[in-house]
Amino acid sequence: MANIKELTKKNEPLSGGHRACAGCAAPVVVRQALLASDKPVVVGSATGCLEVTTTIFPYTAWNVPFIHNAFENSAANVSGVETAYRALKKRGSFDKEVNFIAFGGDGGTYDIGLQSLSGAMERGHRMLYICYDNGAYMNTGIQRSSATPFGANTTTSPAGKKIPGKTQFKKDLTKIIAAHNVPYVAQASVGYWNDFITKVQKALATDGPSFINVLSPCRLGWGFPPEETMEIARQAVACRIWPLYEVINGTWKITFQPKEVTSPLDWMKKQTRFRHVFQPGNESILQKVEEQVEKEWQELLRQCGQA
Amino acid sequence: MVTKEKAARTGNEAMAEAMRQINPDVVAAYPITPATEIVQIFSGYVADGLVDTEYVAVESEHSAMSACIGASAAGARVMTGTSSQGLMLMAEVLYIASGMRLPIVLAEVNRAISAPINIHCDHSDTMANRDAGWIQLFSENSQEAYDNMIQAVRIAEHPDVSLPTMATTDGFIISHGMEAIELISDDEVQKFVGKYQPAHPLLNVDKPITAGALDFTDYYFEHRRQIAVGMANAPKVIARIGKEFGDKFGRYYGFTESYKLDDAEVAIACLGSTAGTARVAVDNLRSRGVKAGLLKIRVFRPFPAEEIANILKNVKAIAVLDRSDGLSNFGGPVFNEIRSALYDLPSRPLVVDYIYGLGGRDIFVADIEKVYQTLSDISKSGKIGDLVQYLGVRE
Ligand SMILES: Cc1ncc(C[n+]2csc(CCOP(=O)(O)OP(=O)(O)O)c2C)c(N)n1
Ligand code: SF4
Ligand SMILES: [Mg+2]
Repeated sequence: MANIKELTKKNEPLSGGHRACAGCAAPVVVRQALLASDKPVVVGSATGCLEVTTTIFPYTAWNVPFIHNAFENSAANVSGVETAYRALKKRGSFDKEVNFIAFGGDGGTYDIGLQSLSGAMERGHRMLYICYDNGAYMNTGIQRSSATPFGANTTTSPAGKKIPGKTQFKKDLTKIIAAHNVPYVAQASVGYWNDFITKVQKALATDGPSFINVLSPCRLGWGFPPEETMEIARQAVACRIWPLYEVINGTWKITFQPKEVTSPLDWMKKQTRFRHVFQPGNESILQKVEEQVEKEWQELLRQCGQA
Repeated sequence: MVTKEKAARTGNEAMAEAMRQINPDVVAAYPITPATEIVQIFSGYVADGLVDTEYVAVESEHSAMSACIGASAAGARVMTGTSSQGLMLMAEVLYIASGMRLPIVLAEVNRAISAPINIHCDHSDTMANRDAGWIQLFSENSQEAYDNMIQAVRIAEHPDVSLPTMATTDGFIISHGMEAIELISDDEVQKFVGKYQPAHPLLNVDKPITAGALDFTDYYFEHRRQIAVGMANAPKVIARIGKEFGDKFGRYYGFTESYKLDDAEVAIACLGSTAGTARVAVDNLRSRGVKAGLLKIRVFRPFPAEEIANILKNVKAIAVLDRSDGLSNFGGPVFNEIRSALYDLPSRPLVVDYIYGLGGRDIFVADIEKVYQTLSDISKSGKIGDLVQYLGVRE
């Protein structure tokens, strides 16, 4: 459990003044994650909105050591940093305790960086990889990724006259990483800061690799007013399109049960990327979404031994 | 007096041996023929505790170089090795390594690139990455491969340079060819390479830095210019280290090596193992009264243009042997650079290009003698005929 009073006393790891859009969840994800560490943190990031908005030379928003390498190699890059740390410690040229966190967007994680992430998880580096999942390649102008939800309008899965947005369901990356049998894997939402920070604390306390997939609404790509970021992030959990759970050493557990379960369609209605699916003729899309959400929820319950 | 030991080593063994003696902090690597042995032998050293390097068995060459970048930025001395498709897969991050001024050392075994897939020697892989901001050292044999690896560490890490460096050998010809080489003692190697002192290590949590930042139009050019300055500083450093190495261990290294060029009328310029073959051809021709000479280029990046022009200025006709093809209809990379280097000479030699040895096609003394024969004709007639020719190919 995180204590908000204690957290507010900590040094700000990411300063204001960066260039992320008003209402962007990504910097909030970073601040929550870094505040969870009780040791100094060294951070890496993939190319993407987070990196380009926080490191515009000669400025930087990072008050902790930060490294960006390329788009698809955040995990390999931080593998290297973490290995150097172990090497230098072994040789007595470095004596501090440090946590390592690698960030990547959904594009840099689900898609182009999946191999690099899989390799790093398999090798067992003591690092936490956080995917801030905003469901598209936002930095390059809202192109679809394998994390883009079914039906969403993006610039490469446009809602056209014949094809109504993305025709595939989202890849279940959290499960893929859980299948690596790493000691700690979790799914979180930026709207539930306490749940997320607690997960980061658990991940950082893990002696080995850990992975958190955190839902990170993008007001530009999703189409909602900037003040609604946290609400959208919470409603994704309430409608079970993004359940909060963790897998500790292979044991699955739902970490948050919404008091009132809402419909994923209500969540979708709040975002302009889904506007077209509510047009007459697209009822089957809505039905498919509801069925898929229910199916995945039942699967999760089974995994958690609650079915 | 330094301790010297004679030993039989293939190029791969010699490079792995140098890596053992250097004992870097981190090695991240991925296997590929013909470089596999280097990392295989080295991981054996790690397993047997002969080095205390942290070895990262990554899942691809892209990740190998990415991890090297992370480790080097963190403040570690870092090495890796690869070849061909591996170097090509690294291409994106090779540029990032030099752009971030990280003194990573790479043992590169020159091999053809696909398609068609082929595991044998040519220089296409290394030449494809010649503008990646890496220092490139070519080796004629195992001894040079060994010596180049040791010097590479010092060159790369020199604060005036601070650029990644690849020491290359020729696939199979050197990498798997056994030779008697002279080894330096572990102690002496350690003394020569010294301890790495990174200027701005990422791991310094008390003085956080941001590495790999985004530059807009207002800074990118300046940062790229600084890389060029590092490369411009490299010749002095390479020369100094080559001399220091010679003073200590008896084998001196410069940018090029001239063989019987003083009075040469016709000359061949080449890189790597072919120099050995060419030397025999020169001797044969000399015994027949032909004034033949040879220029071996050791350092391709930075390109020693002035030195080459100065050495070749009195030669009448030159053939460049390119072990990669530029596919530009205008010859290979070595030809283009040498020819350009000669442009400012008051009287320019005639220059032709021979693309040879692709995919491990052997080059024989007789082939090279034929090239010299053509050069003699060119020098007499003053006409070059075909600017670019293919040597040893079935047409
Ligand atoms: C190898 C490579 N391919 C493509 C790009 C272009 N690119 C940069 S960021 C990006 C998308 C990033 O998407 P994501 O990882 O989801 O992060 P976001 O911007 O959405 O936060 C793309 C396609 C690149 N930089 N490198
Ligand atoms: S486009 Fe989206 S992800 Fe990128 S900065 Fe803006 S809100 Fe954040
Ligand atoms: Mg994204």
